[in-house]
Amino acid sequence: MKERFLTWLDHRTGYRRIVDEALFKNIPGGAKWRYVWGSTLTFCFVTQVITGIFLWMGYSPSAQTAWESVYYIQHEMAGGWFLRGIHHYTAQIFPVLLVMHLLQVVIYGAYKAPKELNFWLGILLAILIVTLARTGYLLPWDQEAYWGTRVVTSIVAQAPLIGPEIERLAVGGTDFGHHTLTRFFALHAGLLPAIIGLLLAVHLKLCRRNARLESEASQKPGCAYWPDQAWRNAIAGMFVLGAVVLLVLYHHGAKLGAPADPSESFQAARPDWYFLFLFQTLKSLSGLWGAFVLPGCLVGMLVLMPLTGRLKKGHVFNVGFLFVALTAMAVLTYLALDKDWHDEAHKLAVNKAQANSERVKILAESPKGIPVTGAVTLLREDPLTQGPRLFAKHCASCHRYDGHNGMMGKPIEKAATASDLKGFANRSWLKGLFDPEQVSTLKYFGGTKFRNGKMAKWVKKNVPKFDDSEKEMLSNITVALSAEAQLKRQRDIDARHAAVIAEGQGYVAEIGCTDCHQYREPDEDATAPDLTGYGSREWLIGIISNPEHDRFYGSKNDRMPAYGRDEKLTPKKIKLLSDWLREDWYEKGDELKPEPKPAKVDPEPEVVEPEPKPAEPSEPEPKPAEPSEPEPEPAEPSEPDPEPEPSEPDPEPEPTEPDPVPSEAEPGDGPDPERKDPPKLTVDFVTQIKPVFESRCVRCHNAEKKKGKYLMGTKLVACKTGESELPPIVPGKPDESNLVKLISLDEDHDDIMPSKGGPLTKEQIQAIRTWIAEGAHWPEGLVLKAVKKK
Amino acid sequence: MSEPNATGSPERRGLLKKLAAVVIGGIVSLVAPVAGLFVFFDPLRKRHRKGGDFIRVISLDTLPADGTPRRFTLVADRIDAWNKYTNVFIGAVFLRRTSEAEIEAFNVSCPHLGCTIDHRGEDFFCPCHDSSFALDGSISGPKSSSPRDMDALQVEVREGVVWVKFQNFRTGTEQPIPIS
Repeated sequence: MKERFLTWLDHRTGYRRIVDEALFKNIPGGAKWRYVWGSTLTFCFVTQVITGIFLWMGYSPSAQTAWESVYYIQHEMAGGWFLRGIHHYTAQIFPVLLVMHLLQVVIYGAYKAPKELNFWLGILLAILIVTLARTGYLLPWDQEAYWGTRVVTSIVAQAPLIGPEIERLAVGGTDFGHHTLTRFFALHAGLLPAIIGLLLAVHLKLCRRNARLESEASQKPGCAYWPDQAWRNAIAGMFVLGAVVLLVLYHHGAKLGAPADPSESFQAARPDWYFLFLFQTLKSLSGLWGAFVLPGCLVGMLVLMPLTGRLKKGHVFNVGFLFVALTAMAVLTYLALDKDWHDEAHKLAVNKAQANSERVKILAESPKGIPVTGAVTLLREDPLTQGPRLFAKHCASCHRYDGHNGMMGKPIEKAATASDLKGFANRSWLKGLFDPEQVSTLKYFGGTKFRNGKMAKWVKKNVPKFDDSEKEMLSNITVALSAEAQLKRQRDIDARHAAVIAEGQGYVAEIGCTDCHQYREPDEDATAPDLTGYGSREWLIGIISNPEHDRFYGSKNDRMPAYGRDEKLTPKKIKLLSDWLREDWYEKGDELKPEPKPAKVDPEPEVVEPEPKPAEPSEPEPKPAEPSEPEPEPAEPSEPDPEPEPSEPDPEPEPTEPDPVPSEAEPGDGPDPERKDPPKLTVDFVTQIKPVFESRCVRCHNAEKKKGKYLMGTKLVACKTGESELPPIVPGKPDESNLVKLISLDEDHDDIMPSKGGPLTKEQIQAIRTWIAEGAHWPEGLVLKAVKKK
Repeated sequence: MSEPNATGSPERRGLLKKLAAVVIGGIVSLVAPVAGLFVFFDPLRKRHRKGGDFIRVISLDTLPADGTPRRFTLVADRIDAWNKYTNVFIGAVFLRRTSEAEIEAFNVSCPHLGCTIDHRGEDFFCPCHDSSFALDGSISGPKSSSPRDMDALQVEVREGVVWVKFQNFRTGTEQPIPIS
């Protein structure tokens, strides 16, 4: 029955003749191990076709879906990593097998007549297979694929005559995008495999034909392909597959880098290992010579082998040439690898690429998933990825992050001019700030004058004298202030220490922080940054946006740029930077806060009115306000820390008695001709000095606040020395009056008065100076009251 | 007068058949590839505008006066086949202040093979194939693999703001050839 069916089939297909020719015709000289290389290549090609078809079922070629679909195959689909791994590492092993096959053919002279046509066909197949690999390289659309292929298309564009046109056809336009992927994919999965499959069939057919002719001409006994050569090929195929599987298991599949991002240059870009020799030559030669002339000569020599082989010693020359060429390629490959092994910048770039690759996987696995805008959005909106870049670019010229610029490279040798922000506002960081040994180190104040400013002085003066209860008080304040930041990493411990935090909050005012800082209660007189929400997201965004805001440093801000106010950074980037400084980013296992969804109020579909389109200008309108990224301005040390002005409790009651100092101009009952007229005063206290004192000085120097232990309510107290122990007002002697000295200091001086709200105007200073020079007349009984500055 | 043969001679009939087979078969089999190739060559016919417009970059006073180059990314609208993206990255430039009101601008793309050039202290450097350039954009050192200086871009300072006419150029040529 079976025999009858096979005979029926043979009558209709002639399959017996095909099988007989393929399996049972003699192999010249019998089966040999050296014949296995060709069959391993066929095996690999078939493997690629099979795995490729299944990958195709999960792949989507577009700029927003290519990486995403490969990610899905790799990490979500059952066995996807293995399938992709087989496809990837088989491609990696292809060049090795090609070289082995070529060596076998050349060494044994299998390029000679009548096999020269098949030899040339083999060379063409090798070139097509390399092209197949190159087109497949782009498809994952990760950073390495994107930037590596850009170099290749640039090389193609340098081909003589029609290079630019070929590049444009390959890219699908002038820029990489959707059509680059669709075209590369069509080449990789359609056109090239079809051509290769066809040529391979011809190649094998010719190979069998040549073998048959050779066998018929030969007197030597041979043996059939089946089973003697077949089992050898099977063993060879097993080893090849074994090597591929081992590579797949060792690397757990093919790697998938971070998604392609044209705005993020990729310094780790290197071609596949088998192109490194060309990569190395391109360092010395132009694209034309390195990518066309030199490889062209190499291929040309191979093509000419059947002809040169006819010459005397021609075969020896061919074999020698092949070995020299392969040795040169090996040396160039080694040089390229060796340079990268010793290149710290390259290693850093590779590590960064690896970190991004791992990071994007974590983000893609988050409950939020991959948005429709593509996975590249995940990294662009990730504080852990963008924070270091923004810090290195905009902050690291003054600040440090654990000694370096945020990018985990070598510590920067140049001394910081502002604080080290690693761990900013956490308990450990704040504990150091209150440590007399640490407060004046570079970590907190960099090289700024604040290193020995008021905060540092206060800590160094007072903290060493603290008794145990005061130390505990300070410890609680540290915990309380750190809790203001609501740091993610301290969330649990803050919750456990709620009682300590509440206690510490009560001590903030008691220990004197509120002498300078605002805390909880509005304080118009605060001269140092607000401690309410200190280090919180909102607080950090605020200070980065505008450190000159009254809530932070006001006019005392020392060169810290207002990144938001001056549009040096977009609000989005400021948020990313703030989140990174606060170490607040998504980590595996985190629960994401649900985003508020707007209530649906109208069941009718929303009709969006199209915006009126402006008439197209004849000349393109330049786009305003591009969010380009300015580099940091050099030497911008920012005042890193709040500076609580130390103030000890003042035991003196507020003097409210009238000023006993008699006025020099005593009013008489009538004119006295003998009496000299008092000198005419050019400055009137009531209209010129009093408004200034009341709006700028008395707000702090009153009985309630007693800033610097100095009061200005009446002339009597205004002339009394304060904390500085220098006479503030010496009637008739402005140069000896400390008040004149303090209001005349440079704007950025630590001791300038008023300490908040900007310096007095030149006219105001001159008026006060003149007022003192004229005797500091202060109408009797006149008591100053704080008024708001208008 | 011989009677005309209705069906013609066998040779003539054979020629007609061959002609019909070649012409009709040729036309029939050409339609599909020609239609395909017509679409395939579409990118050669289209002329996407890429750059050439002045783009606002940054205010002049934010550039350091000591001539240190700064890198800026440029954003504009971009069309990629069926998608239009608004305000996306289209390229990057180095800006360098050479005097009070004079600015030099260079495209960050390496003229060698289009990798991204970095600024490293005293010069520019491309980490792909080791091209190096002086701060004025000129090729520095005999080992530099670039065929030409860095691509300078047109700059204008309008009311204290730097505007750059952004343009990409072909790689590998000794003269800069803009890509349209």
